[in-house]
Amino acid sequence: MTASDRYEAVIGLEVHTHLKTQSKLFSPAPVRYGDEPNHDVHPIDLGLPGVLPVLNEGVIDLAIRLGVAIHATVNERSVFARKNYFYPDLPKGYQISQYEHPVVSNGWIDIEVPAEVESQREIRRIGITRAHLEEDAGKSIHGASTGSDSTYIDLNRSGVPLLEIVSEPELRSAAEAGAYLRALRAILRYVGVSEADMEKGQFRCDANVSLRPRGQKELGTRTELKNINSFRFVEGAIEAEIERQAEILDEGGEVVQATMAYDPDTHRTSVLRVKENADDYRYFPDPDLIPLVIAPERIEAARRELPELPDRKRRRFERELAVPAVDARTLTESRPVAEFFEETVRHHGNAKVVANWVLRDLLQLLKERDLRVEELALTPKALAALLALVDEGRLTAQSARALFPELAEQGGDPRAMMAERGLESVRDSGLIKGCCPRMPIRSSATARVTRRC
Amino acid sequence: MGETLRAQRKALGAGEISSVELVDAALARAEQNDLNIVIGVRREAALSEAVEADGRRAAGTLRSPLDGIPLLLKDNMVQQGEPATCASRILEGFVSPYSATVVERLAGAGAVVIGRSNMDEFAMGSSTESGVYGPSGNPWDPERSCGGSSGGSAAAVAAGVSAGALGSDTGGSIRQPAAFCGVVGLKPTYGRVSRWGLVAFASSLDQIGPLAHTAEDCAWLLQAIAGHDPRDSTSTPQPVPDYSAALSGDVSGLTIGLPREYFAEQGADPVVIERVREAVAELQRAGAKTREVSLPNTSYAIAAYYLIATAEASSNLARYDGVRYGRRAGSCERLREMYERSRSEGFGAEVKRRILLGTYVLSAGYFDAYYLKAQRVRTLLRSDFEQAFEQCDVIATPTSPEVAFRLGEKTVDPLSMYLSDVYTVSANLAGIPGLSLPCGEAHGLPVGLQLLGRVLDEATLLRVGDAYQGRTDHHLRRPPERT
Repeated sequence: MTASDRYEAVIGLEVHTHLKTQSKLFSPAPVRYGDEPNHDVHPIDLGLPGVLPVLNEGVIDLAIRLGVAIHATVNERSVFARKNYFYPDLPKGYQISQYEHPVVSNGWIDIEVPAEVESQREIRRIGITRAHLEEDAGKSIHGASTGSDSTYIDLNRSGVPLLEIVSEPELRSAAEAGAYLRALRAILRYVGVSEADMEKGQFRCDANVSLRPRGQKELGTRTELKNINSFRFVEGAIEAEIERQAEILDEGGEVVQATMAYDPDTHRTSVLRVKENADDYRYFPDPDLIPLVIAPERIEAARRELPELPDRKRRRFERELAVPAVDARTLTESRPVAEFFEETVRHHGNAKVVANWVLRDLLQLLKERDLRVEELALTPKALAALLALVDEGRLTAQSARALFPELAEQGGDPRAMMAERGLESVRDSGLIKGCCPRMPIRSSATARVTRRC
Repeated sequence: MGETLRAQRKALGAGEISSVELVDAALARAEQNDLNIVIGVRREAALSEAVEADGRRAAGTLRSPLDGIPLLLKDNMVQQGEPATCASRILEGFVSPYSATVVERLAGAGAVVIGRSNMDEFAMGSSTESGVYGPSGNPWDPERSCGGSSGGSAAAVAAGVSAGALGSDTGGSIRQPAAFCGVVGLKPTYGRVSRWGLVAFASSLDQIGPLAHTAEDCAWLLQAIAGHDPRDSTSTPQPVPDYSAALSGDVSGLTIGLPREYFAEQGADPVVIERVREAVAELQRAGAKTREVSLPNTSYAIAAYYLIATAEASSNLARYDGVRYGRRAGSCERLREMYERSRSEGFGAEVKRRILLGTYVLSAGYFDAYYLKAQRVRTLLRSDFEQAFEQCDVIATPTSPEVAFRLGEKTVDPLSMYLSDVYTVSANLAGIPGLSLPCGEAHGLPVGLQLLGRVLDEATLLRVGDAYQGRTDHHLRRPPERT
């Protein structure tokens, strides 16, 4: 009997996602990644004496957009509160967040629970308790990586706008947690709320994990996995933590409430800090800021302007374009790719052919070159034209594939390129027959092809 | 010495004195500083600004009535390139890279900041004794307190160092020292003057305001610093009226409310109460009506004030941790040690007391009983005033229950110090404006009349104050010359 037969895992996720803004949540300093440390800071981000926060109006629409995208209530009045704690990368000694009155509450998203067999994939609806606006802290860079025993502070990230999105504890496995994160990330990207790039620290995840014997109602003691920074590690960490807790419970022990760290090399979790008593952050409404009031018309407008979201798009591709489910999922992971695909189909007509090219050639090229589809010179029309040449038999699939990278990166007219390179297939059988006797036939395969002409 | 802004402006206008001479004389008095009023001067910068002001005068391009006039700032407002210490060791070595909005506006008006005045540490106190620079003396009696926390600014005006100064008022910190020093002090409506660049003590209560000899001088100063500021989210977008234009000298038809609870206050000096009643009688002779009003929740104000102010302060002062600026305790091995020692060595006793109190107020399990309840009292106080102002235009009370107390008299008993704010804290909790005017003497020391007004109605307060000063000469009295 495996751990998952004996115990049910109860998992809730807290996702911190950076908002796509030019400047910080409460200061005019730019939000940039990879700049020199302490370069993108304003007196407000340094917590200098006398500074005051001023809300970046740009975040309001992003919060509304997320709210309507996850079927949540966008609260017409929300309140910024101070979360008080001391840490060197927290310049004011408090983080401005939202506590009792978040901007977004009571939402949900549907996730597809992965299964071995495609037809067994199940849709589950996962509740989202709340999403609130808050500022990010700076970064502490400790010892070893700095080549000294000092800790260095980089405040470039201090004040970067975040939405903290808190799920209900309704996820039941590491795989579901992974599916939830992928679905949430896709939505964030679709609606333009966040780039949600985990490598850049724009999308971070804390997981609360507890186990209970199957059939039991009460929840077990939970532990918290902090700041997991890659999709792969989220599932690995949760799996490892489930195994660790199951072992403790099997031996009749008790899980201790703690913050855990995950080591991907050993695939084990270990206790980072035991929570003896609950942290007291002494939250209170920030007297420097007035409540955030959002007009209902603004929320309605966002609802009307909401783009088609990934799961609806996927179902439509399956239904209208007869794209197989597994392909539809890949095609809709990124909104620009999905839109590129659909536009190409509009020009070309055959969704199956276009899907093959997009899934294989286009996505592979993007991956190899580390590019986004918007960065390519390739237009849907040009790809459609290239594929039409193949359909017409004027270009072999092999030649088309050879032309593709250049067409993708430099653009141009596929017909002209074909002509320029002399790649057009020769279809005059008399001409070919005339050539054959002069050609040394080296292999039987070539011979077979030639004879068929 | 002892001139008003009006007199200085007139002398400059008549060419009797240059701004450079005026500023130089003010600097000299500030540097002499035998009452420990001024804790830093900016001689070169001030003189070069005075040269520019004289140039503008010659060219006929004056910026405002304050152009070329020397002023002092309480040391909790930052000015680019200058220290700002809040009279605290923890801000040792800090030099501000930016200026407060009021500093920018004064510069825009052509005024010349000559230096920084002494205060209670982080504005926490009512006597200007708690700061690292030690106590300031009251110009009327150096053995006595000049009040606080803006004691340095009030004493500077009284002693004639500068004719005007800015202070900040969280629970009476402009009005009470104004009363103790026999000058005029105005706490504007919360949100009327930007707090950008004012080092926060209690964010929902703090407000910058002017101190000077006359209501008219205060009107000019308020005119220069008031107005909406997008850098302060709590600043009001309401337009700023012409305060000088409101000084009609006429109070006929105005109703002055006398709150029953303030005059019944046990422990108030009867001579102080008597002077205030005489001042009200003078305003009646000028044509104002009076009536008794009630502010029934007054007795809860001090308690609510010290809960809210300390709660906010405990959070506002968390940034002084020795990490980025100010004082850091040397040779610490561990982070916790650095925090503990930097803050223990950097803050004085009164500041520590308030941080501890405020931390307690916000703690889980106590928050509802203290912080939330205090906020409810605040709502009640606000509605007390709203109801009272349906029956009157301004409210008159003593500014302080007593005249300037002796230095050291109350530092041993913090609670008695807190109780001396009894007449002033309500205005901060309700967010309304308050003006303190000299209205005579008790025991040879100045007494302050406090006038409270409706939200954003500073104009009426200044009008009443100006009319009163037009009929009396208390504001003309100066402390004895010191040699």
